[in-house]
Amino acid sequence: MTPVHIHINSKIYPTAQKPTIANLDLSLEAGEFICLVGASGCGKTTLLNIIAGLDTDYDGEISVGSQHTAPKIGYIFQNPRLLPWRTVRENIELVLDKQQSPELIAPLLEVMQLTEVQHAYPERLSLGMSRRVSIIRAFAVDPDVLLMDEPFVSLDAPTARQVRELLLKLWQQRPHTVLFVTHDLREAIALADRLVFLSAGPMNVICEITVPIARSERNNESTVEAFRQQLLNEYPAIKQLL
Amino acid sequence: MISLKKLLPGLSLLAFLAVWQGLSVYLHSNTLPSPQQVAVVFLQGCQSGQLPYHLGVTLLRLVISFSIAMLLGCAIGIVLGRNKKLDAFFDNWLVIFLNVPALVTIILCYVWFGLVESAAILAVVVNKLPNVIVTIREGTRALDRDLLEMARCYHFSRRKTLVHVIWPQLHPFVMGATRSGLALIWKIILVVELLGRSNGMGYQLHLFFQLFDVANILAYTIAFVAVIQLIELLILKPLDRKSQRWRR
Repeated sequence: MTPVHIHINSKIYPTAQKPTIANLDLSLEAGEFICLVGASGCGKTTLLNIIAGLDTDYDGEISVGSQHTAPKIGYIFQNPRLLPWRTVRENIELVLDKQQSPELIAPLLEVMQLTEVQHAYPERLSLGMSRRVSIIRAFAVDPDVLLMDEPFVSLDAPTARQVRELLLKLWQQRPHTVLFVTHDLREAIALADRLVFLSAGPMNVICEITVPIARSERNNESTVEAFRQQLLNEYPAIKQLL
Repeated sequence: MISLKKLLPGLSLLAFLAVWQGLSVYLHSNTLPSPQQVAVVFLQGCQSGQLPYHLGVTLLRLVISFSIAMLLGCAIGIVLGRNKKLDAFFDNWLVIFLNVPALVTIILCYVWFGLVESAAILAVVVNKLPNVIVTIREGTRALDRDLLEMARCYHFSRRKTLVHVIWPQLHPFVMGATRSGLALIWKIILVVELLGRSNGMGYQLHLFFQLFDVANILAYTIAFVAVIQLIELLILKPLDRKSQRWRR
């Protein structure tokens, strides 16, 4: 578990007129699950790419744990990004360090209910299964921070719910620091310790709200819905983001 | 019961032989010997050891020049496909080398380096290299950026990225370059041997041309085409099957 500090003065794309992100400060405590909620195109994926080291063209500083070694990032992309020519197991084994034993994969496959398809190629998997493989891959590296970019988008509701529950089960066993991007407020309330609402053009924090619902209550849809209504009433600006 | 579809390749070959036989009987000329005459000449060539020797020499040149052209071409193609500045710098060079006639390259190599084996190999490599570079460069440009980002994010080493992310995507392009390369290189090698070597298929074909010995020309040609077909069946197709086994 690792704390994360994000300070971005400015991120401007070469062809853009104004910055996508400006003066953004955000801190995550070790083991904290934060959901970033913002409108489509506000720069959430850009922020995740900066933290993952995929986008280095910005002015600011990202600090993940100790600065002596490159941080280990587990990134669950919107598209699972599995290598189609490698089996499920091989896709996971490829991200492991030399020090890590491939034996650690078996329990992860079991939690995610993928043991039976571990030798299958990704083309033979459903989208929900592919997403679960990408979740295992991200957890397998024992990351300092887990980045999740709308990992349940384009899944039907029952599958999204199943994958979300499996993700939570895995996270409760291995509580890594998580930054989860979504624009589904119910999903965010069901998952997060803290909600961070983001404005667009340039992206900045509108408000941060700690979810007061106990984790054991999060499966209760009426409790989640009541809190969602409460948020929408107290913070009308949120409605524009959803 | 064997289906008609499976019989068709054999039937087509028999039809080809029948047409050939018919034409040779009709023309009754040394310029078109019958399949039977060619088979006899082929067997005589094999028994004397001449045909296997010259075929072997040409095949050795093919293997050496093909390997150099493919290795260099893949390396340069990947670098140019990944580096826009280098690509912009060398693009004109590629266009020039693609359009220099094979015969000119061969003559220049022999003039500059003499009638030696290395000049012959160099001439073949220089002719094939630009094709490989262009094919692999296009493949590299089409690489899936999402997968490359995934590899970066998970700290894949350069070697791991090349072996597990880049190379499988380039495979269809490499196979394309291999097949077109084999077809192109063996034709160029014959010209190289005809102009400046004292052995190999090209040298022999030149000799048979001077003697107007069409039966031997056809026997050598059939032998070489058969070898290329064997390479396709025994090496390239199994490689293709193995690398494509992940597809539905």
